[in-house]
Amino acid sequence: MSTNLANLLYLITIVTFILALRFLSNPAHARRGNQIGALGMLLAVIVTWIKTGGTSWWALALAMVIGGGFGAVAARRVKMTAMPQMVALFNGVGGGAAALIALAELHKILPDPGRPKLDISTAIVLSGLIGAISFSGSMVAFAKLQELIQGRPITYPGQKFVNLALLAACVGVGVTLVSGVQDEWLLWVVISGAALFGVLFVLPIGGADMPVVISLLNAFTGLAVAVGGFELENNVLIVSGMLVGASGTLLTLLMSRAMNRSIANVLFGAFGQVSPQAAAAAAATDGGTVRSASAEDVAVMLAYAHKIVFVPGYGLAVAQAQHDVRQLADLLEQKGVEVSYAIHPVAGRMPGHMNVLLAEANVPYPQLKEMDEANPEFARTDVAVVVGANDVVNPDARNNQGSPIYGMPILNVDNAGAVVVLKRSMNPGFAGIENPLFYNPKTVMLFGDAKDSITKLIADVKSL
Amino acid sequence: MSHNTLLVFEVTILVLAIFLGFEVISKVPTLLHTPLMSGTNAIHGIVVVGAMLVLGSPHKGVFGWVVGFLAVVLGSANVVGGFVVTDRMLEMFKKREQPKADDASTDGKSAE
Repeated sequence: MSTNLANLLYLITIVTFILALRFLSNPAHARRGNQIGALGMLLAVIVTWIKTGGTSWWALALAMVIGGGFGAVAARRVKMTAMPQMVALFNGVGGGAAALIALAELHKILPDPGRPKLDISTAIVLSGLIGAISFSGSMVAFAKLQELIQGRPITYPGQKFVNLALLAACVGVGVTLVSGVQDEWLLWVVISGAALFGVLFVLPIGGADMPVVISLLNAFTGLAVAVGGFELENNVLIVSGMLVGASGTLLTLLMSRAMNRSIANVLFGAFGQVSPQAAAAAAATDGGTVRSASAEDVAVMLAYAHKIVFVPGYGLAVAQAQHDVRQLADLLEQKGVEVSYAIHPVAGRMPGHMNVLLAEANVPYPQLKEMDEANPEFARTDVAVVVGANDVVNPDARNNQGSPIYGMPILNVDNAGAVVVLKRSMNPGFAGIENPLFYNPKTVMLFGDAKDSITKLIADVKSL
Repeated sequence: MSHNTLLVFEVTILVLAIFLGFEVISKVPTLLHTPLMSGTNAIHGIVVVGAMLVLGSPHKGVFGWVVGFLAVVLGSANVVGGFVVTDRMLEMFKKREQPKADDASTDGKSAE
């Protein structure tokens, strides 16, 4: 296949990717968008296959079967609740691939007489550096979300300085390589240093902020791929990689805005560490008492209410209780209770996560209320049922300036007539902060696994 | 095309792609943030094309062979996993749209 024909076909791929992004921003066409993108990708792979002209074709086939097979099985098997870490994992391997390409390209051009071209060697160093950060950072994000390592921020004194020094050292070694010291091991140093930086960079970031970090690392991988396109003089890599680099950066900003935090605060704030004021406030709430109720009591409260709002959180997702909640809601509706769901934009572990889970349980779309729509409703709600949510209903975000989540918009469940909190135990939530809502005299706690509690509630409401 | 002409051309399309990337997702509802992140994640799986070019090039030597093979494995996992995960997320939205459409149609009937 001639280079021109190949590039024209690659152009079709680029167009499908642009359409995919366009369609993915609209709920009605999102799925078709993804399918269009997948077709474009298939075209690019076929064109590239023909371009290689049968060289090592069996190795290509084997590698694609291994990688594609792993991707397909992992993506099919994963539960909806574990989607965020899957995105992190697949993002990481993409970054890893970009770093490996840099290694292979340098190895190929170094034996040539004379200095490698400046732009090519710059591209090699950059894609190795960014790809390696994306790879190791994503793996740490995966480990945190999968709870292989603790989700809380891991910090030590002088952390920012150490990170900065490490990054500067990597860049320095990279510059040495670009400026003409033709040693392959320099790139190994850059890549290992960058991989270490990726780990140190993500470790101090709390689990609740992981979606924003994954989105940022996603943009990094896109950038690494675009730079890789310069090494291979390949347009489809340059354009597609940069599309992801730019849109991923914008998406990262949109996500941190949804949490009412600046991106710098997310990345360097070590969110979830307890500040002295917050600790003092927490000590004050310790004086309050927590009321716990039995399922029977709560069932009576629910069955005789006029209006109930469910506030789902990550606990619901973990317990896979979305189907049971819908069953309980149907039952209550039969008894004439008005039921809706209040969805916080960052409920669960990713923006939009809750909508996906409740949609899976066939919750009717008109019952799902976004935060702005739900908040004015709480004043005329009899019972707000908080199922495994914590930080998104924490009144400290409104009242306590010392709280790390101060300023984050929350669902004002404490405006409802009564609040029922379904929770496993009194352990603080994902972000590791106290929640005074639990000590509010209006609140009763129903302890236990969300699924078990809801099942009991269903039985008790039925028997009323 | 000389090397420098090519480089200038490549930089041009790179810069245009930056603006396009910002423009194309400028208005996206919060509920689609996660699927969109996952979708862009699948798109940078295009790295597999680069990996294939490395593994499929002649005279690559043992080093290029091993590294290229690994890169194709990782890139393919990125592509397939990325698209499948995104599709599974969006499958859910499709279900969610249906009751809305049903409501609309029954409303229409009752009005008749």
